[in-house]
Amino acid sequence: MELILIILVVAVLVIGTVGLGFVATRRRGRDLELESDAKILDRAGVDLDSDTHDAGPVDGTVDDAVDDAVVEAEPEVRTDDIIVKPSFFERLGKARSAFAGYLGDLVGMSRVDDEAWEELEEALIRADIGVQTSMSLIGDVQAKAKETKAEDGKQVLALLKERMHVELADKDRSLRLDDDTTNVWLVVGVNGAGKTTTIGKLGRRLVNEGESPLMAAGDTFRAAAAEQLGTWAERSGAEFVRGSEGGDPSSVIFDGVQAAAARGCNVVLADTAGRLQNKANLMDELSKVRRVADKDPGEVTEVLLVLDATTGQNGMSQAKVFTEAVDVTGVVLTKLDGSAKGGIVFAVESELGIPVKLVGLGEGADDLVDFEPTEFVDALFE
Amino acid sequence: MFDSLTDKFEGIFSRLGRKGVLTEADVEEVLKEIRVALLEADVNLAVVKSLRNRIRERAVGEEVHKALNPAQQVVKIVNEELTASLGGETIDIRYASKPPTVVMMAGLQGSGKTTSSAKLARWFKSQGRNPLLVGADLQRPAAVEQLRTLGRQIDVPVHSEPSDPVSVAASAIEQARSTGRDVVIVDTAGRLAIDEALMDEVRRISDAVEPDYTFLVVDAMTGQDAVTVAEAFHERLELDGVILTKLDGDARGGAALSVKEVVGRPIAFAATGEKLEDFDLFHPDRMANRILGMGDMLTLIEKAEETYEKDEAEEAAAKMLEGQFTLDDFLEQMQQLKKMGPLTNLVGMLPGLPKEARDVEIDDREVNRIEAIIKSMTPAERADPDMVDASRRSRIASGSGTNPTQVSGLISQFGQMRKMMKRLGGMGTKKVRKSKRKDAKRGKKGKGGGRVTPKGGRTTPKGSGRVTPKGEKVGKSPLMLPGLDRIDDADLERMAEELEGFES
Ligand SMILES: Nc1nc2c(ncn2[C@@H]2O[C@H](COP(=O)(O)OP(=O)(O)OP(=O)(O)O)[C@@H](O)[C@H]2O)c(=O)[nH]1
Ligand SMILES: Nc1nc2c(ncn2[C@@H]2O[C@H](COP(=O)(O)OP(=O)(O)OP(=O)(O)O)[C@@H](O)[C@H]2O)c(=O)[nH]1
Ligand SMILES: [Mg+2]
Ligand SMILES: [Mg+2]
Repeated sequence: MELILIILVVAVLVIGTVGLGFVATRRRGRDLELESDAKILDRAGVDLDSDTHDAGPVDGTVDDAVDDAVVEAEPEVRTDDIIVKPSFFERLGKARSAFAGYLGDLVGMSRVDDEAWEELEEALIRADIGVQTSMSLIGDVQAKAKETKAEDGKQVLALLKERMHVELADKDRSLRLDDDTTNVWLVVGVNGAGKTTTIGKLGRRLVNEGESPLMAAGDTFRAAAAEQLGTWAERSGAEFVRGSEGGDPSSVIFDGVQAAAARGCNVVLADTAGRLQNKANLMDELSKVRRVADKDPGEVTEVLLVLDATTGQNGMSQAKVFTEAVDVTGVVLTKLDGSAKGGIVFAVESELGIPVKLVGLGEGADDLVDFEPTEFVDALFE
Repeated sequence: MFDSLTDKFEGIFSRLGRKGVLTEADVEEVLKEIRVALLEADVNLAVVKSLRNRIRERAVGEEVHKALNPAQQVVKIVNEELTASLGGETIDIRYASKPPTVVMMAGLQGSGKTTSSAKLARWFKSQGRNPLLVGADLQRPAAVEQLRTLGRQIDVPVHSEPSDPVSVAASAIEQARSTGRDVVIVDTAGRLAIDEALMDEVRRISDAVEPDYTFLVVDAMTGQDAVTVAEAFHERLELDGVILTKLDGDARGGAALSVKEVVGRPIAFAATGEKLEDFDLFHPDRMANRILGMGDMLTLIEKAEETYEKDEAEEAAAKMLEGQFTLDDFLEQMQQLKKMGPLTNLVGMLPGLPKEARDVEIDDREVNRIEAIIKSMTPAERADPDMVDASRRSRIASGSGTNPTQVSGLISQFGQMRKMMKRLGGMGTKKVRKSKRKDAKRGKKGKGGGRVTPKGGRTTPKGSGRVTPKGEKVGKSPLMLPGLDRIDDADLERMAEELEGFES
């Protein structure tokens, strides 16, 4: 078939040429594929970010330097708790009751047999932890059980939980808010994950803590996205900046940072349009947003990836690709008030090392709590 | 990118060798892999179990087919079983004898109800109907505004009022009657399956409008919970069908299977993007391939049909095989292919490609750079890249924001490819001869005009031949990337054969 031949030829040429010396860089302007090369070159002079970063096509080093700078800056971490902090468990009550019983038999067992081991593994799979991760966890626990001669169901379950706790332990889950700068918290994720709502909740929380947040409507694409965020700004008492529909998201965020500095707001909550991680041009757009947000006086201190707890194994790919594009600093796990368990964040955290920082437990302004690994693990088995 | 099941099975069966019939032990081992593959694709555990039993029943004792190897044969059975599960009865929209026909959307938060409502309205319009959209989500900030914006884009009126969802929905029916709208599409707020109050509310909306069709909108990225959700909504609303969204992502979409098993009603529509035109009827066979992570030839072919004039592709291929292919042609083909999606995905969809090759990630940004290089060349240089000397090279490099090594890299790679293609063309396979002949008869034909092939007009034979690699060649397929210089005549010979095998 002709088409196969064509694809092959093009692919071979492209891969071959790439292999011959195109340094892998992943940080040039947005939407390249929609524009002609002439335009790309023309844009070099006018891009908001081109003056400092995009001097040439091989710009990885410059960017890395910038990234390093971010790391070097001394973070002043706030640990103030929010005023009302509903407990994870309390809040999960409804969901838990619907699911009690998977492991009922196991706990009462005096000897965990093969079938029970399988059920244990299946409980993990049912929670979206993933087959590979579940198998390796169970493998570890089996070894440990043998070593410690743990036999009954209770002991085995305790070993499994312990094993999982270890994986989630010792992570810095605080949200970074530096003094003397305009902090930018960039909120990213796939479509419908809960980004805008999370910003609304964060706004409420920051206002309660005495900070002064500004919400920037960086989603210029989806219908009425800015109106949605505007409503949240009103609800939470945050400042609000929006651009024109269909406008350039980077400029909205840029304007947001400027406005925040001018109005004395210390943190910009930057909303972005939902995007599926396999769309390279949209991921490029996002990288650019991040770069622009990091320009003086702005400083990106958090990049929060919003993951829907209902998401299955694709969550892993989301975390990987978004991290490559914008250096995710933390995950917000939303919709955990439903029957889904959000087990994919286990793999995200243990394999990619990205800490889950916040959990969404409802659609209201106060339905955002800090992530508690212990309670999260316990809830997986309820 | 995709882990093909077939690749895994090949391993198992190479140990087993060819036998007369598939024994229980053979099948059992394969079933383990199938379980993992399905679970990784997010098919619900309980659904996986029941599927496994069905597959076991069918596969054990099956005579080993002559044309297929055992691995392909089991894959074929699995594939057929999945297709059957996903398909069956198709949705057949019947319009109410007394208009309006009422459609209600329901689902979890953020699954795509509002967007799909507008897409559906657009679809009904294309069927010659006059839809009315109803904003019965009074809960989420700016939900009605979102629907109104979408309604404006497709010129469909939106009914809503700040009262309560049940009365909005009820009054919409009156509104439709008095304004001559014959289809009413009710968008509802997102709700959790375990939220009793809201589940009760959606039931009351349903009672108020008595929908002819109730669709559950499901995100293709959904994990194990899809079953619980589908059960809960089905129990309350008696669903008529499912709309599967965000299929433009790279989730394998096992949730489709889970939901289908529970609801037992057709997956009616597939949403494949944020734009309102990204919406189409659902194809069970493609979804089965996708869940299994196999090269999805059908999608490839259909995409090609949308992008290409058949003749154009033939012409380009013939040019390649005659060694007449220029950098201009290359550029043009590359741009065409890009319209079909990221190159990486296209390569991933190619059948018969060994895993290593399929897994190569092609960054579309690199493609843009190659494009920039070619565009920085003069027409003469593009026609005859050999004329590019050092000074031309540095001009091209600076014009395209690359460096001279990259420019010469592209040119030499292109030269090698051209030679290889010419050799391949010289082998005179049936396919090649045919292309040449057609090419000779026809002058250059411009773009535009109607599509040559209406959807479904050119059918492709289904079966494992198309979607699975040819048994013996796996692992030593000639299509090695990118070491062009290592491909010898024997490889080319095989390649010619393979290509012939793909003729539609
Ligand atoms: N139950 C529940 N619903 C949530 C939660 N977080 C967000 N939602 C709901 O999920 C839906 C989508 O949320 P949005 O904030 O609009 O999501 P988004 O990621 O901004 O969506 P796009 O901008 O369209 O990509 C809304 O109906 C929210 O009310 C949560 O923690 N629990
Ligand atoms: N890529 C992609 N995005 C989609 C698709 N369908 C919907 N979306 C996006 O998903 C997000 C959520 O879509 P909505 O239509 O607002 O979802 P909803 O179910 O109405 O959300 P709530 O009303 O908040 O429960 C938006 O960003 C949509 O643009 C699709 O098929 N592909
Ligand atoms: Mg949003
Ligand atoms: Mg909606």
